[in-house]
Amino acid sequence: MNLYANDMLGEPIGLLLSLLIGAAFGFWLERAGFGSSRKLTAIFYLRDFAVLKVMFSAMVTAALGLQLLAVTGRIDLAALYVPESIVWPQLVGGLLFGVGFVAGGWCPGTAAVGLASGKLDALVFLIGAGAGSLAFAPLQPRLADFLHAGACSVGSLPGQLGISGPVGALALAAIALAAFVGATAVERIMAKRIAR
Amino acid sequence: MQRPYWNPYVAGIGLGLTLLLSYVVLGTGLGASGGITRIAATAAHAVAPAAIEENAYLGGYFAEGRPLAYYLVTMLAGVLLGGFGSAFAAKRVAIGVERGPSAPASLRLLFALVGGGLAGLGARFALGCTSGQALSGGAMLQTGSFVFTGACFAAAFAFAPLVRKEWR
Repeated sequence: MNLYANDMLGEPIGLLLSLLIGAAFGFWLERAGFGSSRKLTAIFYLRDFAVLKVMFSAMVTAALGLQLLAVTGRIDLAALYVPESIVWPQLVGGLLFGVGFVAGGWCPGTAAVGLASGKLDALVFLIGAGAGSLAFAPLQPRLADFLHAGACSVGSLPGQLGISGPVGALALAAIALAAFVGATAVERIMAKRIAR
Repeated sequence: MQRPYWNPYVAGIGLGLTLLLSYVVLGTGLGASGGITRIAATAAHAVAPAAIEENAYLGGYFAEGRPLAYYLVTMLAGVLLGGFGSAFAAKRVAIGVERGPSAPASLRLLFALVGGGLAGLGARFALGCTSGQALSGGAMLQTGSFVFTGACFAAAFAFAPLVRKEWR
């Protein structure tokens, strides 16, 4: 059984293991080049699709791993914490976040890596993100109805589509592979155009 | 001379295995914005304790008196440590403001502040950011995670031409 299911995430052991897993998280983000806001935003100008390649391969690796552990009985997916699917606020939140991402140059996790790499713009982004989070607090009671709009009783997409989890993970892997091929082709075309 | 970045698929698989380990051991995925919210609330609490404690959204953090004793806060500290270790080993630690060749540093910092604000606000609407919602929820095939990810990238691509001077 995991720490969340045993209500132990806030215990010293939970805090310590979270620190260690966070360190691995930060390591991989930095290795990928995500301590650089110019590299992160290059995808939006079709120059470098590392963001798509890293995110999709991470998501597919974890999705396939989780489904494999579940079908072999080594993990109970129902015992894991996942954020609720509430479609409308997640759509609006995603739109706000996307503008913030390309204008600010970071997302919260990569900004921490940027700060660790000495980037002052990452520090400023994090201060802004802290202020933005606090700005939500007075809005939350007023937006109570909207914040529950589109809540899904079945949160997982395979569940809603009536397919099994493993099939859903394999479908995600197939979509990712197609995206990798497409992204690499666009990178080549753009590199040629810039070289000209 | 800084060393080259690693292959994106190698880094992605490493990140995916880290996420899988997080689910198996912690029982939850990776996250970053939740830790930032806690730290910001703690800073605000130092200035205006009563207002923060009375707030419906933030007050709960202070009910037991230790708002920073939370797994996403230590995870964020870990991201800083791991990021620094990797950047240091690759000779990539350098103090500065990263921006496009024709962008003034003042413009870049203003956009970083405003962009950070929008991203921080958006992450609260969505119950998570690119780590907790897009990546961790996506790996669990959550509908809302795909909605968030799609909206995020659509908005960023649509808005990118307006801030092109900042980057290119």
